[in-house]
Amino acid sequence: MKNVFSKLTRRQMIQLAAAGIAAPAALALTGCSTTGRKGAGNVVVIGGGFGGSAAAKYLKRYNPELNVTLIEPNKEYITCPGSNWVIGGFHEMKQITHNYNAAKKNGINVMHETVASVDPDKQVIKLASGKTMAYDKLVVSPGIDFKWDVHAGVDENTEKFLPHAYKAGDQTLLLRDQLQSMRQGGTFAMVAPPNPFRCPPGPYERVGMVAHYLKQNNPTAKILILDQKNAFSKQGLFVEGWELNYGQMIEHVKLDDGGKLRSIDVKNKTIDADYGKVKADVINYIPPQKAGKLAVATGLTNESGYCPINQQTFESTIHKNIHVIGDACIAGPMPKSGHSATSQARSCAANIVLAMAGQEPISAKNVNTCYSLVTPDYAISVAAIYDFQDGKIVSVPGSGGVSPMGAAPDVRKMEAIYTQGWYNSIADEVWG
Amino acid sequence: MKNTKKPSLKKWMGVLLAGGMMASGIAQAEFDRGTMLANTCVGCHGINGISDGPAIPSIGGMSEQYFIDSMKEFRAGERPNTIMTRLAKAYTDQDIADMAKYFAKQKYVQVEQPHDPRAAQLGQRLHNSFCDRCHDAAGTNPEDDSGFLSGQMRAYLEYSLQDYMSGDREYKESRMKRELESMMNRHGDAGLQQLLDYYASGKE
Ligand SMILES: Cc1cc2nc3c(=O)[nH]c(=O)nc-3n(C[C@H](O)[C@H](O)[C@H](O)COP(=O)(O)OP(=O)(O)OC[C@H]3O[C@@H](n4cnc5c(N)ncnc54)[C@H](O)[C@@H]3O)c2cc1C
Ligand code: HEC
Ligand code: HEC
Repeated sequence: MKNVFSKLTRRQMIQLAAAGIAAPAALALTGCSTTGRKGAGNVVVIGGGFGGSAAAKYLKRYNPELNVTLIEPNKEYITCPGSNWVIGGFHEMKQITHNYNAAKKNGINVMHETVASVDPDKQVIKLASGKTMAYDKLVVSPGIDFKWDVHAGVDENTEKFLPHAYKAGDQTLLLRDQLQSMRQGGTFAMVAPPNPFRCPPGPYERVGMVAHYLKQNNPTAKILILDQKNAFSKQGLFVEGWELNYGQMIEHVKLDDGGKLRSIDVKNKTIDADYGKVKADVINYIPPQKAGKLAVATGLTNESGYCPINQQTFESTIHKNIHVIGDACIAGPMPKSGHSATSQARSCAANIVLAMAGQEPISAKNVNTCYSLVTPDYAISVAAIYDFQDGKIVSVPGSGGVSPMGAAPDVRKMEAIYTQGWYNSIADEVWG
Repeated sequence: MKNTKKPSLKKWMGVLLAGGMMASGIAQAEFDRGTMLANTCVGCHGINGISDGPAIPSIGGMSEQYFIDSMKEFRAGERPNTIMTRLAKAYTDQDIADMAKYFAKQKYVQVEQPHDPRAAQLGQRLHNSFCDRCHDAAGTNPEDDSGFLSGQMRAYLEYSLQDYMSGDREYKESRMKRELESMMNRHGDAGLQQLLDYYASGKE
């Protein structure tokens, strides 16, 4: 009986939310909280990635009367999670492509536009199309931007020739195609970025996927990683998996052992590092990173290149009423991942809704997991749960950690199946 | 602007009480402690605890008892798993009790998965003779305090049954050990797959 009742109320709530969607667009454009009710108002979310899409959804769920506008230039979002599997040749782009139909159905006002600028004092944003919109609260989740000025020889055009594939889409396909047309016995060189960057295990999962492809199609080829740091996420587990599955195909050179990059000759596909000069057939240069352009332009970043925030509410410590989530924010020890961004979106949305209703903030637990494939049937993971304590996000002591070393193949295989499960569930949470 | 106070449990309750009286449109139930904690599970176990597949189990609708036992066994490292021990260690007894209430309130939804319909029919017979007495309604009745069977993720169920049979997971019911072993003795791996086909059919 109880179950049925709570189910019904939920359904009614959704109906209410759906019925309320006609008005908000106009309201949002004028920008005043004209409903006159405590708790309602205009919240604008910039960026339809993991963080932004999840934030919009939870805002609407936590207060169906809010006018929630989601601004994202693209009609489809292609996830980085899973994009390495596409590069490995066993996953399709359509399996990692999502749209905003469900967001619209959930009563969110979705606008496919680019935000040109934000005026934090007047609380107004300007769209590239020239329109302006006022907000009561703004959520900014623009992801990352690349620093092209750290290494000699590269600039914004480099990605056309040496794909970073660190934003999924055409870049993913370009890298896959270059890998597939590599000569027999050639060299695939990756320049892995310095900390902090999006998805700490991402480059190393990619190495496994590239190796998986090469093992079947180009078994005498080599993979060289020139790393701009001395250690990386799940390192022991990755190296164990590489040796077990790919023998000697992969060479990893850490920063102090010669990995340090001096310059890249893009035209001749030659890398100059402390290690020596390397002529490669494919170069996957993953540039150093900072918060997305809009965050920088709005003055939300500090000297680290990322955005300092109140770690409970995700409100910027620089500009009031702007909340920053996802890769762009500094969330204590939380790594920059899709799972982190989604978790932060929930905590942030809850606190925005409560603040707009004049209620106390709450400190929600946050979570992150990063599953990484080493082969399509062999995965490893890292997990953590976070508390808010003494003004900071901290990892709950004694919890979390990585998969065990030396686990049996069937355990790695189970994790590979759970990897797909994680992807399906989180994609449904964010875009479903 | 910074608010770094950690609301006490009492404040939480305060929020809830105050919320009940406000006409703000806020879905106050969402800020219930158990609901907020359960949000950390959604990314893997699916919205309302119903998995999107193919393998992470559904936990929505699970009985409080089985949920609490499972979480505590994971936390203590007593039950075989790939990731739950690492996660469960972050939750206190109170957290677990609160989440148990939340998940028990959700509705279990059987997820139909690829299966061989003929094998599923044979599996149904096996279920009825060996498992049904404790796993009522094809193992969809939370009151059995035993985890879900029909509509639960097939790969997960297979791992679970292997864990029991290898001795890595302790049987709470010695009679389940007897029934499972006698099923295996008489029908072997084929019988096990038929059971799994039946559960994958999502039928009762
Ligand atoms: C190869 C790879 C593998 C990965 N694998 C995993 C994984 O397995 N698990 C995991 O959890 N994470 C993974 N990640 C990390 C994950 O992709 C990011 O952490 C996540 O996308 C961050 O979400 P976000 O909302 O901060 O940014 P994004 O998802 O990048 O979203 C930002 C959005 O903002 C939009 N935007 C930017 N500027 C503007 C503007 N001015 N106006 C309007 N819109 C704008 C963009 O179009 C974009 O859609 C991986 C990353 C890579 C590169
Ligand atoms: C990273 C993904 C992930 C997250 C996050 C996660 N789980 Fe799990 N859960 C799993 C997997 C995988 C299993 C299967 C056991 C294993 O291998 O760890 C599982 C199993 C379970 C089971 C046993 C189900 C049964 O039928 O016996 C319960 C209960 C459970 N999880 C509860 C939770 C709760 C509660 C949370 C949030 C606090 C949570 N899980 C968060 C992946 C996850
Ligand atoms: C005498 C009662 C009894 C019988 C008979 C029985 N079970 Fe169980 N089963 C239980 C109980 C109780 C639990 C949960 C307690 C535990 O953790 O072991 C359980 C747990 C399970 C689980 C774990 C669920 C999960 O989510 O991990 C599976 C799978 C299962 N049983 C399958 C079967 C099958 C298949 C049969 C028939 C061959 C069977 N059981 C027969 C009582 C029984």
